[in-house]
Amino acid sequence: MKTHHNTRGGKAAGIRLFFRYILMAILCFLCLFFFYILIINATHSHFEIQRGFSFMPGSSFLMNLKNVLNDANIPVLSGIRNSLVVSGMTALLSVYFSALTAYGIYAYNFKFKKAAFSIIMLIMMMPTQVSAMGFVRLITVIGLKDTLVALFLPSIAAPVVFFFMKQYMESNLPMEIVEAARIDGCGEFYTFNRIVLPIIKPALAVQAIFTFVGAWNNYFLPALVIDSANKKTVPILIAQLRSADFLKFDMGKVYMLVTLAILPVVIAYLLLSKFIVRGVALGGVKQ
Amino acid sequence: MTPRALKSKKHSISYAKWGYRFIAPFFLVFAVFQLIPLLSTIYYSFFEFYRSGLKEIGPNFIGLENYRQLFTTDLPKYMGNTVLLWIIGFVPQIVISLLLAAWFTDMRIRMRAQGFFKTVIYLPNLIMASAFAMLFFALFSDNGPINSLMLSFGWISQPIRYLSNVWTVRSMVGLMNFLMWFGNTTILLMAAVMGVDTGLYEAAEIDGCTSHQMFWKITMPLIRPILIYVIITSMIGGLQMFDVPQILTNGKGSPDRVATTIIMYLNNHMFSKNYGMAGAVSVVLFVISAVLCLVVFSVLTREDDGLTRAQRKELKKKGGKA
Repeated sequence: MKTHHNTRGGKAAGIRLFFRYILMAILCFLCLFFFYILIINATHSHFEIQRGFSFMPGSSFLMNLKNVLNDANIPVLSGIRNSLVVSGMTALLSVYFSALTAYGIYAYNFKFKKAAFSIIMLIMMMPTQVSAMGFVRLITVIGLKDTLVALFLPSIAAPVVFFFMKQYMESNLPMEIVEAARIDGCGEFYTFNRIVLPIIKPALAVQAIFTFVGAWNNYFLPALVIDSANKKTVPILIAQLRSADFLKFDMGKVYMLVTLAILPVVIAYLLLSKFIVRGVALGGVKQ
Repeated sequence: MTPRALKSKKHSISYAKWGYRFIAPFFLVFAVFQLIPLLSTIYYSFFEFYRSGLKEIGPNFIGLENYRQLFTTDLPKYMGNTVLLWIIGFVPQIVISLLLAAWFTDMRIRMRAQGFFKTVIYLPNLIMASAFAMLFFALFSDNGPINSLMLSFGWISQPIRYLSNVWTVRSMVGLMNFLMWFGNTTILLMAAVMGVDTGLYEAAEIDGCTSHQMFWKITMPLIRPILIYVIITSMIGGLQMFDVPQILTNGKGSPDRVATTIIMYLNNHMFSKNYGMAGAVSVVLFVISAVLCLVVFSVLTREDDGLTRAQRKELKKKGGKA
């Protein structure tokens, strides 16, 4: 009886597994196919692209790259530099100050602790767009309009990062360690910087990656804040390219610019994918 | 254990000021860059305040006139667009994600290469949405690679004008949102399913449950909190939909503004410096988001057992001492 059940189960399971792999293959194809075309077309010249799609890479990669970098209307190099500055600072500030805030609420008891935590949780998912109008008016008044600082300074208050840090501390930071440091005569601030931060390093790294990528990809606010050509970030340049007269455009250049915009993130992702995927699962509220 | 507990209690009094110091930067920046802007946004939503040429009109108090104008003109259409575009992307996303989460965690039929699948399906989430939309625009343009491929396979006899047709534009936005988010949702749901006590499945198997029954009777009820979290956060994300339709349609929402979302509308008012109307759109957005945020808040601060986070902590403390 048992063997019979097993073989039937095995056969049915095999068919099921087969269908599962087919669907997975289709999904993977969908995820990768568009990027495949992108990379292939970035290696073709404008005329080759106009003639029709070819599956084989061409030889115009360096030419396209040179054309993009030399285009005076799209300052790509300064765009990448600006994006790096904004994303790097955003990651640094949001991770450090969120850890600080999370530690403040995790490690100390004070009167408004619960209220502070509840406020952060309430605003956690609030879209930043709701205050965008007031924000643009405010930075105009205080002289931060058209500066990169206006793009990264507000990230000191990053509720999602805070929440992740607090979760992480609850399961990975025993208060005994903090108390031992106090007995050894460490100051509170010193304890945080030298003892707590190294312990929560994995959480810092995961969140640094996510906030960096988020800032790198952000388009809405930078487009409202930045006016000068030399301060534009990469997404603004993409939008600029989109609104340019498309019929006159060199398609090789278009594909190359899109490649430049997404390739750094893709490479970083492929190197750190295990780490990142685990981070997503951890960020999933609670286990 | 008791002396230490006593000591930490004593400490907590003298260290209280450090708590305030540590959380001060967060709240200071929040107040300056989010709270004050939000209040001024709400304030100006009751004013006639815009720029006409080089002249600034207002601010003149006009009460709810901006809101009346919003709801009698374009906003309902754009809200409808936003909801429809979100649904087109979200329905396949949640179905596929649930399916994949169930498959990846299926103990009886083990799938191989899970690490590879997860890596691939999460990849689009990290792609710059504006660049992704630009890529779709180029790929689906009238003489772009997709048309070129379909012509060469003989599937179509003349190019499809993807960007001028209502439903192809909607489908493209939906497809992009689906591709960008289903990997993320799958991983979240998987974590939820793996958190379910395996003993329940073993008991169900002994009782002769089919995997279908196990999924609907055990998995679904137990991952409900995370499912709600996923749905609500996706709704909030959907409300913010901007980059993809903005870049794909060059800010026009074409054809006939069917892809113009609420944020694109807000963006248009911001660029034309109509602060009164931009404020009113923001307030509408704020009210909807606030309701959704309350749901997220209650999900996150309540555990599956119906206890709040604080109560659970209390229990943990007691358990630790015992």
